Amino acid sequence: MADAKVIPFDDDRSRGSAVQRPQRRRSTGSRRKSGESALVREVQPLPGRAFAQDDVPVTREEQPPQKPQDDGGLERRIAGGLAFLRRRLTGDYEVDDFGYDEELTDQVLMSLLRPVYENYFRVEVKGVENIPSEGGALIVANHSGTLPLDGLMMQVAVHDHHPAGRHLRLLAADLVFMLPVVNELARKLGHTLACAEDAERLLGQGELVGVMPEGFKGIGKPFSERYKLQRFGRGGFVSTALRQGTPIIPCSIVGAEEIYPMIGNAKTLARLLGFPYFPLTPTFPWLGPLGAIPLPTKWTIQFGEPIPTDGYPPEAAEDPMLMFNLTDQVREQIQHTLYKLLVQRRSVFF
Amino acid sequence: MGKVVLVTGVARQLGGRFVRRIQRDPQVDRVVAVDAVPPEHHLGGADFIQADIRQPTIARVLAESGADTVVHMDVTGTALGSGSRTTVKETNVIGTMQLLGACQKSPNVKRLVVKSSTNVYGSAPRDPAVFTETTPPKSLPSGGFAKDAVEVEGYVRGFARRRPDVAVCVLRFANILGPTADTPLASYFSLPVLPTVFGYDPRLQFVHEDDVIDVLRIGSHEPERGTLNSGTFNIAGDGVLLLSQCSRRLGRPTVPLLLPAVTWAGSLVRTLGMSDFSPEQIRLLTHGRVVSTDQMRETLGFKPKYTTAETFADFAKSRGPGLLPPEALAGAVDRIAALPALGGGHLPTQSAN
Repeated sequence: MADAKVIPFDDDRSRGSAVQRPQRRRSTGSRRKSGESALVREVQPLPGRAFAQDDVPVTREEQPPQKPQDDGGLERRIAGGLAFLRRRLTGDYEVDDFGYDEELTDQVLMSLLRPVYENYFRVEVKGVENIPSEGGALIVANHSGTLPLDGLMMQVAVHDHHPAGRHLRLLAADLVFMLPVVNELARKLGHTLACAEDAERLLGQGELVGVMPEGFKGIGKPFSERYKLQRFGRGGFVSTALRQGTPIIPCSIVGAEEIYPMIGNAKTLARLLGFPYFPLTPTFPWLGPLGAIPLPTKWTIQFGEPIPTDGYPPEAAEDPMLMFNLTDQVREQIQHTLYKLLVQRRSVFF
Repeated sequence: MGKVVLVTGVARQLGGRFVRRIQRDPQVDRVVAVDAVPPEHHLGGADFIQADIRQPTIARVLAESGADTVVHMDVTGTALGSGSRTTVKETNVIGTMQLLGACQKSPNVKRLVVKSSTNVYGSAPRDPAVFTETTPPKSLPSGGFAKDAVEVEGYVRGFARRRPDVAVCVLRFANILGPTADTPLASYFSLPVLPTVFGYDPRLQFVHEDDVIDVLRIGSHEPERGTLNSGTFNIAGDGVLLLSQCSRRLGRPTVPLLLPAVTWAGSLVRTLGMSDFSPEQIRLLTHGRVVSTDQMRETLGFKPKYTTAETFADFAKSRGPGLLPPEALAGAVDRIAALPALGGGHLPTQSAN
């Protein structure tokens, strides 16, 4: 029996990520197989029947690829796109316990984020080989930029550049899951609430988990404090990693600080809206929605050397001194890499 | 000498099915079925005793029947027939108190099985994505059935402390669906268009009626070797369905409404008495709820026959087709694929295999 053939649908191929496929195929083999067989079976001409329901109430999923490369490729992509559309419309896809919709993420949401990643912020990724090809790992990154675009870009970076095609599962603030639309998209992108239970469950399943322990303190800090790491919460991420024995991978993101230079904070308005801060930038909110466009800075994402946590005894997770030491070690390493990257940077925008 | 099983809440479909099923188990001698109203369905060879569990008569029923196993299924969210919410709450809470009081006095009772619900976890954006049996709820349900279930479980815990010789099994069921299910969620999914909360796509878990019966039987009998059937267990089918997936699989279009509008409409409908679209129902359909079933598998030794998706498929089959049947949509896509302009007439996909 032939294995499921994955129909290339997005632009992944251009980056030569051929090795990326097998992993993805393994996890979703059955579904793709059924999709394939449905495609083989169903996409036959059905002449003489009324053409009725193309005004389906789904707009986001309709992404028929429009870049012809050669004739056969185009047809195959259309067929793949239609098979995808068919699965979406009939609800014939799977999500995991966290609501992560791998198919939607791979084929639609990543394709939407990729232009921002490649053409707008021109993200340069370093040290992606520090992320293990399998098993759980906790990526700890700095957080900045008023809006959590850095997390999304880190997710694209791992998705597009890791040879094993790993998916990053981000831990997000509870605010994300209170906002309509945002919570829905976040769940479908594989994000979950930043709490020890979820993080441990994901790490236990061997997932790659991304966390930004600075939280709102990091993302909502004024422009004058850019690239100064804030306090790393209570170090809960370290005890989570220790309990699961997964390595901690420090990650430094340069460029996100300057996308919305936050020169003020309308605290009263923030309190009224229930947000932790309300940013005032040179353009926002003065220029209205136009001011919400981020500045096109040049980004660098560097994944550092993994810090192993499997050598500690099981009770180490309860040891506050060890936790603070490890937290500081991770923090120092990120801060150090940040300074190094800043020295190497030629300009904010190039 | 075999067992005598006393079952409450038999006037409901699920209770009736359980009574009919457990009689066939060889270790069961006699089944005493109790409810306040006579059931419309037959109960096989079980002895039906019409008794209100809110009244102390239940103690006499329990003593006279000499039951050694009590299966308490009269913890429900909706009234049977034309009961008010107050009656339901009284049956849930006062009924459980009376029943547990009766059990405490009875020297015969060796085993107690309580049907609870995963509603006890509530449903909030600050909750972890997956609830385990030990997860404390971030926001306790403030009213309705969920609060009843929390209180019932509290009384059951107290009973378990006072009577350590009785094996107490609390089964927290996810949303029960199936061809004959008459739960609020089943009636929600039977609406021609499904009102949803705009901007939220809750994760739902279902458990099939057949699995409910099976797991109640596991709880009522002696545990199998290597398993333990006293304690609290989440019961749910494998996997998760999003509400959007459910609506597409059912073929019923959704009408996204803003959360305040949904809350307002829900209270209006409730006031008019048209349906019990309770606040916790709205919360479930906003934030969703997923529970971990590791304990069910490893400790209780129960493997559900139906996954969440299969349960839902079985439920969808029993309901009529919706306004947008998935087959029609699939056919429409196939017709687009068949358009000659798209080159679907001569598909090259197979050549690549």
